[in-house]
Amino acid sequence: MSIMIDSTTRVITQGITGATGLFHAQGARDYGTLMVGGVTPGKGGSTVDGFPVYDTVQEAVAKTGATASVIYVPPPFAADSIMEAIDAGLELVCCITEGIPVLDMVKVKQYLVGKKTRLVGPNCPGVITPGQCKIGIMPGYIHTPGKVGVVSRSGTLTYEAVWQLTNIGLGQSTCVGIGGDPVNGTSHIDCLKLFEEDPETEAVIMIGEIGGSAEEDAARFVKENMTKPVAAYIAGVTAPPGKRMGHAGAIISGGKGTATEKVAVLRECGISVADSPADMAQALLKVYKPK
Amino acid sequence: MNIHEYQAKAILRKHGVPVPDGHVCYNGASAREWAKRLGEGPWVVKAQIHAGGRGKGGGVKLARTADEVKQTARDMLGMVLRTHQTGPDGKVVTRVLVENGCNIDRELYVSLVVDRGSSKVTVMASTEGGMDIEEVAAKTPEKIFTEAIDPLVGLAPFQCRKIALSLGLKGKLAGKAVKVLEGLYNTFIACDCAMLEINPLVVTKEENLLALDAKFGFDDNAIFRHPNLGDMRDFDEEDPNEIEASQHDLSYVSLNGNIGCLVNGAGLAMATMDIIKFSGGEPANFLDVGGGATIERVTEAFKLILSDENVKGIFVNIFGGIMKCDVIATGVIAAARQVELTVPLVVRLEGTNVEIGKKMLADSGLNIVAADGMADGARKIVAAVQGGK
Repeated sequence: MSIMIDSTTRVITQGITGATGLFHAQGARDYGTLMVGGVTPGKGGSTVDGFPVYDTVQEAVAKTGATASVIYVPPPFAADSIMEAIDAGLELVCCITEGIPVLDMVKVKQYLVGKKTRLVGPNCPGVITPGQCKIGIMPGYIHTPGKVGVVSRSGTLTYEAVWQLTNIGLGQSTCVGIGGDPVNGTSHIDCLKLFEEDPETEAVIMIGEIGGSAEEDAARFVKENMTKPVAAYIAGVTAPPGKRMGHAGAIISGGKGTATEKVAVLRECGISVADSPADMAQALLKVYKPK
Repeated sequence: MNIHEYQAKAILRKHGVPVPDGHVCYNGASAREWAKRLGEGPWVVKAQIHAGGRGKGGGVKLARTADEVKQTARDMLGMVLRTHQTGPDGKVVTRVLVENGCNIDRELYVSLVVDRGSSKVTVMASTEGGMDIEEVAAKTPEKIFTEAIDPLVGLAPFQCRKIALSLGLKGKLAGKAVKVLEGLYNTFIACDCAMLEINPLVVTKEENLLALDAKFGFDDNAIFRHPNLGDMRDFDEEDPNEIEASQHDLSYVSLNGNIGCLVNGAGLAMATMDIIKFSGGEPANFLDVGGGATIERVTEAFKLILSDENVKGIFVNIFGGIMKCDVIATGVIAAARQVELTVPLVVRLEGTNVEIGKKMLADSGLNIVAADGMADGARKIVAAVQGGK
């Protein structure tokens, strides 16, 4: 078991004829993911490296039986692509695109209400269930199948955590990058809930960063609802206030959203917090004894 | 991106939000002329810099005659204004806003932000105008009224009436408040704002509402939709290194330490700063080179880092992932040669072909220290920099 995706997940790529979309569709296929086709408006009917291309998501779903999509469409058009995927009734949509205007995402978020689709991202690396299905841009080989769930706002920092786990012999059930934007589809809490319900996941690493209060909310959720051990790391202890640290959401505004504040709340809620990003796996071992 | 107050007021005026009549001036003579054209006085002369707290620093002054406007503008132009938001170096005033004064009865606060919790544009209103809203939120949170806006419906008139009532605005003033709020919401949407703050929104003795100050924060991701806004950018108000970085698609923020950082990914870049601090050093910058660490980008990144004369060492931390480490090593070596690197350089590489990459660094003949993992890398660069003292 795993969360969100497994070996039966059938995936289409929106923006498959672009260089990035095709490159990562090939990478996912090589990893063993059921990559069943792609969508690029105006290029329907063609094929690209064996992938059938469709004009609309609806058509792609009808022809391929896809249950998930991954989006590599440029920022000005990405919100529209997300809504198209939601409209087509896909179970999971991962939007990798970075740089979508926040007011576009405000609309998308409202459009999601009452729909069955789960949106992951935008501005994220995607989702991977090691050994079964990889949707996104993460390097597959650093992962090992196992029982630790990973959820993170950052891409490369997720790789760092996964690599640490793999190096001490701990595999991962599923790794989810929820993205660094202020308005996104799936929250830390959504993932924690899924990991708690997943019988194969035994422990969770949560990686957060400065800005907003999502990590604090997640910590309270852990305290009240989770039986599985959780470790965490918060990036940005040294970040100055008022400056955007790369991610649109990573900004300390009005003295709120500092790493120190977040770490304090996480610890109060019984989460094992790593002081150094090099110790994420070690922080987990303090609260989790693998069988 | 930020803009000046006079630019903000011009945008608000266009969207029907009442602001005092005024004009931007670059010298004392034109300030005097504009004062006479604007009205009878008194006037207010306001230094235009991208920072709050100008009043306390002497950047906002009342003038009773046109000659006084001229003298005040002259005194202000060229002066270095230091406020709690400018940093110790302050900012040089190169333009002032001359505007008509008004008879203030009371000061209110209104802002719009994208609230992360509700994922909606939210109005925040308070009767405590003229104060830092963070202070109000900390001390008297009950004095802040919030109203979330459905993006598919927009700000409804009934919501405006609720907000007006929360501000104690009744009768004619309530009607005027509805217009102001609608104007602010329309501005927010039309300009793709991330934040729009009116502090204070004043009620005049004549029972009018006026936006006396205005602060915009634009969504950098949406600037492509607003080419006109780009023209309002004042490069003098920004860190020259950050401007240079944005031209090369590098995400860079300068800090006060002496260890330069070059990292791929925003989260890892923040974590790298943290681990330097954790190991006893001080980071000089945040720098995310993005997914593709090409020779060009790494070279530009090195140049940027080295343009900060405080930098005594550089830590490159790349989790290659999809990128192959030999490719990254090629980039780092070529860039180090091109900029004739003299400070210690510690490189931590992870990813495909990591052994080949490390060997290339070792064989390059350059003074590059290879690190195993980010903790090792941080220790090595801190030791190298502190040893060099």
